[in-house]
Amino acid sequence: MSTAPQLNSQSTKLYSSKDSGVRAELSQIDASIRTSAIFFVISAIVWLMVGTLFALITAYKAHEPSFMGNQSWWTFGRVRSAHLNSMALGWSSNVIFAVGLWIMARLSRSAIRHGGLLLIAGVFWNVGLTVGIGGIIIGDITSVEWLELPHYATPILALSYAMIGVWGVVAFKFRRGEHVYVSQWYILAALFWFPWLYVVAQVMIIWFPARGVVQSVTNWWFAHNFLGLWLTPMALATAYYLIPKVLGRPIHSYYLSVLGFWSLAIFYNWAGVHHLIGGPIPVWLISAGVVASVMMVIPVIVVGWNHHMTVVGLHRECWRSPTLRFIVFGAISYTLVSIIGSTMALRSVNVVTHFTHFTVGHAHHGVYAFFTMIMFGGVYYMMPRLLKREWPSASLIKLHFWGCAIGITVMVVALQTGGWIQGMQMNDGSIPFLDIVKDTMPWLKARSISGVFLTVGHMAFAVNFFWMLFAAGAVRAKQGPTLLQATSEEGAA
Amino acid sequence: MKNLPLLFCGIFFALAFSFAGLILTSNIQVGSLTQTTETLVPSDDDPNVMVMPEGEKLYPMQIVGLAQQGKQVYIEMGCVYCHSQQVRRQGFGADYERNWGPRQTVARDYIMQDRVLLGTMRTGPDLMHVGGRPLNADWHHLHLYNPQITSPGSSMAPFPFLYETREIGGAASANALKFPPDSDYGPEPGYEIVPTRKAIALVEYLLSLKVNYSLPEAPILE
Repeated sequence: MSTAPQLNSQSTKLYSSKDSGVRAELSQIDASIRTSAIFFVISAIVWLMVGTLFALITAYKAHEPSFMGNQSWWTFGRVRSAHLNSMALGWSSNVIFAVGLWIMARLSRSAIRHGGLLLIAGVFWNVGLTVGIGGIIIGDITSVEWLELPHYATPILALSYAMIGVWGVVAFKFRRGEHVYVSQWYILAALFWFPWLYVVAQVMIIWFPARGVVQSVTNWWFAHNFLGLWLTPMALATAYYLIPKVLGRPIHSYYLSVLGFWSLAIFYNWAGVHHLIGGPIPVWLISAGVVASVMMVIPVIVVGWNHHMTVVGLHRECWRSPTLRFIVFGAISYTLVSIIGSTMALRSVNVVTHFTHFTVGHAHHGVYAFFTMIMFGGVYYMMPRLLKREWPSASLIKLHFWGCAIGITVMVVALQTGGWIQGMQMNDGSIPFLDIVKDTMPWLKARSISGVFLTVGHMAFAVNFFWMLFAAGAVRAKQGPTLLQATSEEGAA
Repeated sequence: MKNLPLLFCGIFFALAFSFAGLILTSNIQVGSLTQTTETLVPSDDDPNVMVMPEGEKLYPMQIVGLAQQGKQVYIEMGCVYCHSQQVRRQGFGADYERNWGPRQTVARDYIMQDRVLLGTMRTGPDLMHVGGRPLNADWHHLHLYNPQITSPGSSMAPFPFLYETREIGGAASANALKFPPDSDYGPEPGYEIVPTRKAIALVEYLLSLKVNYSLPEAPILE
């Protein structure tokens, strides 16, 4: 393993705050959330690995259907759903609880009180999720997309969420300083939106099923907003916090931040109905969804422009910092995936992409290339501050980045190309269905290969993380942060 | 931002707006739909008002008994992740050309279902009208046991665990799977493969999926 490149004094300034008073205060806040945040990151990484394993099985079964086909536990529909829930509620939500609450506490300049209770709530969240995923595998799956967890697991999740989410709100309530930063708007909003969405969806679909396709409308209102009003605001909050933090340069425009936030808040939550285009629901609902989906171009362009203008001229620094390398990848993906998403909501495009692997590619583009990559960046920044230790290996960080970057690119390109062909063929009634299935095979095999890249990336991340956490003898406090390029290289470039 | 009441109100109303607009409104609109006859006739009292003729069957019908249990198996096995249950209108996609249903399905078709399984993926064909296709129970059992028997090259998961391999003692079971001659997938001589109760229920459910009735807003046009 290579050691971190040494830094010259000039570049060190970029990566650290100069005011010792501020640093002492942040350090105190970090200490208050240390145990629970570390618990959430460990849980997130464990779920990431579990979800990756389920993903590999799912991807392989898509072109080798007889693989593990003799046991009902590992049938496609269940493994796929176990993958989705491990990633959505295990990896994503745990990493949000870690990074999101940490950013909220820091920006509010307010230490987390009674962190022990937060930890207990976190344990319940993960116990509930484990019970739920087990339930999916043994056949108690609900077959409602994004809400597969059986009814006996979800109340545990809802209650533990209520206890976790309240910590962010409490930290905000006891904030010091008059100004409220853009990341705080996003986190506060998401902490409030998620439980509303989740409880309404549970009640109207599972507990007291609404009549007919009202369930489907509720389903996609929830599922799309899980990404739009839970994952997206948290990832944007992380990007808004860390880009200026690492570069030591303020966000380009306050007004663009305001516009970006409110346009997202207003448009995103109407967009989910585009998953039902052509379906048996009132047409005006679909039209509303299409309009909102297209309007999403506004927040996306605004946020993308704001981020771009903040980093402009400092691209080399972005590439050198592990945090920013991941976050910039995620931020660019946000613009790309959102523009593609708005296009997919047009009826003339949707008639091709709907019901195909194109949508699966799109979902991974959003949840992985955007959200997950940004949260990786967040973890890379947060852990050294919590542990007072640096990342042990720059090579493993590079391996993590390239595994994920190549993997997700291959996956999105394969699924969207294959999905487009699949959609075009499906709309031609003269092509036999089995021929379409056969034509998707090469693309599904490419997805399995992309999964191998992603797995390598995740393993590098996990090894580096646990190495750092348990601090083998070689990992002592280093002279400055672990960066991905020696500054001498940069000087020569 | 310093105006916190505005921030809180904005966060609240943004979601309240879509909740009211999408969920509550559709709940009022779709929630009021009831079963109806296939066509409506003008009322005796007021010819401008259309009413249901008396004594005719009401649609959509509730699935009952074994088929209802089969739907639970469909849910347990996660069929919805590859099979949709919705037929789009003629001219939008090729649902009609593929004989996935004689007409588009509308909101009313789903009002008797406790769990609606519209689906968003067609790795396999749509199943809204699979019971109306010329496929009998024997075909479905072979297909579920191993899709390669009936549909070589299919990527569908096999469900052998819904079947039992038994030694034939005396006469062969009437419901044993009828493999084509020389099939690679058949049992050893002296053995037979019979469906479990779950498989029988699932096939009953699949055969019950039919769009064989008109609705006033979605008539089957000959």
